[in-house]
Amino acid sequence: MAVALVALSGLWGCSEPTSDNELVVYTSRNDHLIKPVFDAYTEETGITIRYITDNASALAARIQAEGERTPADLLITVDAGNLWNAAQMELLQPVESVVLDANVPDSFTDPNKLWFGLTKRARTIVYSTERVNPDELSSYEALAEPEWKGRLCLRTSKKVYNQSLVATMIERLGTEKAEQVVSGWVGNLATDVFSNDTALMEAIVAGQCDVGIVNTYYYGRMKRDNAQLPLSLFWANQDVSGVHINISGGAVTKYAPHPEQAKALLEWMTRPEAQHLLAEINLEYPVNPSVEPAEEVKSWGEFREDDLNVSVAGALQVEAVKLMDRAGYR
Amino acid sequence: MQDRSTPSLRLPGLHGASAIALALLVLVPILVLLSAWHQQQWETWQHLLDTVLWRLVGNTLLLMVGVTVGVLTLGVSLAWCVATLDFPGRRWLEWALFLPMAMPAYVLAFVMVDLLDYAGPIQSQLRSWWPGLSGFSARHPLWVVVTLTLVLYPYVYMLARLAFQAQGRAVLEQARILGDGPLRAFFKVALPMARPGIAAGLALALMETLADFGAVSVFNFDTFTTAIYKSWYGLFNLQAAAQLASLLLLFVLVALVLERRGRRRARYSELGGRQVVRVRPRQAWLISLFAFAVLFLGFLLPVSRLLYWVVGTGLHGVDLRFANLVWRTFLLGGMAASLVLMLASWLAWVKRHQPSRAVSASVQLATLGYALPGSVLAVGIMVSFSAVQGGLQDLGLSVPLVGGLLALVLAYVVRFLAVAYGPVENALQQVRPKLVEAARTLGATSSEVGRRVYLPMMLPGLFTALLMVGIDVMKEMPATLLLRPFGWDTLAVRIYELTSEGEWQRAAAPSLTLVLLGLLPVILLTRKR
Repeated sequence: MAVALVALSGLWGCSEPTSDNELVVYTSRNDHLIKPVFDAYTEETGITIRYITDNASALAARIQAEGERTPADLLITVDAGNLWNAAQMELLQPVESVVLDANVPDSFTDPNKLWFGLTKRARTIVYSTERVNPDELSSYEALAEPEWKGRLCLRTSKKVYNQSLVATMIERLGTEKAEQVVSGWVGNLATDVFSNDTALMEAIVAGQCDVGIVNTYYYGRMKRDNAQLPLSLFWANQDVSGVHINISGGAVTKYAPHPEQAKALLEWMTRPEAQHLLAEINLEYPVNPSVEPAEEVKSWGEFREDDLNVSVAGALQVEAVKLMDRAGYR
Repeated sequence: MQDRSTPSLRLPGLHGASAIALALLVLVPILVLLSAWHQQQWETWQHLLDTVLWRLVGNTLLLMVGVTVGVLTLGVSLAWCVATLDFPGRRWLEWALFLPMAMPAYVLAFVMVDLLDYAGPIQSQLRSWWPGLSGFSARHPLWVVVTLTLVLYPYVYMLARLAFQAQGRAVLEQARILGDGPLRAFFKVALPMARPGIAAGLALALMETLADFGAVSVFNFDTFTTAIYKSWYGLFNLQAAAQLASLLLLFVLVALVLERRGRRRARYSELGGRQVVRVRPRQAWLISLFAFAVLFLGFLLPVSRLLYWVVGTGLHGVDLRFANLVWRTFLLGGMAASLVLMLASWLAWVKRHQPSRAVSASVQLATLGYALPGSVLAVGIMVSFSAVQGGLQDLGLSVPLVGGLLALVLAYVVRFLAVAYGPVENALQQVRPKLVEAARTLGATSSEVGRRVYLPMMLPGLFTALLMVGIDVMKEMPATLLLRPFGWDTLAVRIYELTSEGEWQRAAAPSLTLVLLGLLPVILLTRKR
């Protein structure tokens, strides 16, 4: 009891205000992916970075609740939909920067300059090299064809990566056609949907299904652990729209205590040195076109990217979620 | 409660007021959620009604029924065996059976899916024996029920055990003398007398089931709670999520009514001696086997699987920062548990001596927090704290509430008061007014009564409460994520980060550490006896 009282008396005044030599970041990136990048920045500039990790929607709610008193300078998160949502909630401020404009292509930047892509992730088709001939594969949409009945595995529709994929399908094909495709996928499922990409690929290896749709870095991780992995990536939609691309990105919060330093950190993160670090830790693609991806990643081959602005994923996400519900995609 | 307050201990209205204030603390975040109703969200509602809502309600009810059957079967039978029969290994099984509680539901869920999946070891083995076997789904509702039952039965087990032990042998012997068989005696006498404890345990297990998001997500089993998250994360509609969450409270009220009914006409007995009956060797071994099987499935198997992964990945990421995680986790658990225990004891005390309607209602409300999904509750807490902080700032007072440790600990209080309240109240009821009167008649001062009557009799219940809350706090994920101050990462936070990226193998080290941390208080408790 006494211990509790002493501890309680120490609870006041635990979060001291931030100094000018310090930046605060709210991020949905994992500690082990983001810490090396921040450490490098601290080494270079002497500015310390304090950060909190959580789900992007939860962080957005926290920034909103804190309002003008927020300690957060930056929001760094995965998925364009999450960044779009933070922009919708009016939590971000536009950033005018020659460096960012030069380093981040337009399709990975918010049209109002509220957020900027930092890394790219490709979501494409993965197949069993033992049971599928790549000639049979063409597009995401074609996986709804009868020939894949009982051979397809998918991850849950609750994952934002699938929501963004379907959102871009709505943009390109219209709601009706997209819904037919998703219903077709559901009809072709070999088993209940998986809660993560890794389990899905293990199911293909075990023979439960033959094809699936995954983010390339999950494939990369598995391949790294097992060079003999009987799976291969297939670059989808090369004759039509290109492979679906999503991003992880960063933004300066509307009431950032240190907007200038925050902008400087964003700029630094799009420069080659940081881009290498950011992309290689998680086998993603650098957003800066002048930077090469890691050797491993390059070995999966070149491909044509979808050139839709990624903010589409946000604008149509709600629509996509509803469509997937209607199609019975859990 | 049929308790007459003792004249010498009549409390002034101030105490009743403090209990009501404590209930308000819990109510504020819930009221924030209810205030979401002022904005119509018909579009989202219409969509949910048209597509998934009824299936979700059905799934949620299925889960509640399944978990009820599961935890009652395991919890009551094990508690009965441990409290009244002698069998090989009883001394350590009595405590070991509590261990599955230290296993977070989300961790056990993942281990289960991994073991049972088509690509997992069990089905792979079966296929190697019988090629061409079509296999079964690891995501069947049955497995969700089994998983939740295994981690939640300890709530019933702990409280039922206390009740059975308090009854002692005398009661049963009287029934036996009157010609009842052992089973009949159990159902006619022991079970009804233990009902309050069992009902309290069941209410906790059901609230935990309703609030669970981690485990059902791993199985991709859609419940009311997953719909709340879908509305928030998928449809970007926190308002609708809050509305759904407040509807979830309806389910909770059902659970609470059940508990109420369980407590009605409850009788409290003399404390009997704690001796146990010898049973025939074969039966005794069967009981041991049953208890060990539960322990194996709920604890030993998942722990060994986690160990296997930890060895497989090497001690990746286990460094000085990891030690810091462990320390912070333990510190939070200890701090929050002590505070929760104090407040729960206070509530129970006030309710005993001022059984007014206002106080009873406050107590009921104060235990609602446990059933709300952590994230939603955390948002409610955050919004209300922000408002308070803003108000204080306007008055020229700078109190760092949001992002301060105080906010996090208060969140734990709101969420886990219910967990401590059950065992504490039961413990207090063991001290019958007659005993207190007797002590006073013999000239004991009130502090002596406290020290020599209340404390020794309540100790087992208080320890149980402390243990349950401590472990619950250490396992807690969503509120910790949202409200923690900078640098206060815990093991649960690390597990969240890794699992959200599908890196389950790497999450094994923090998961295993969390489980072992839960072992510590259990070991301490066994030493106390």
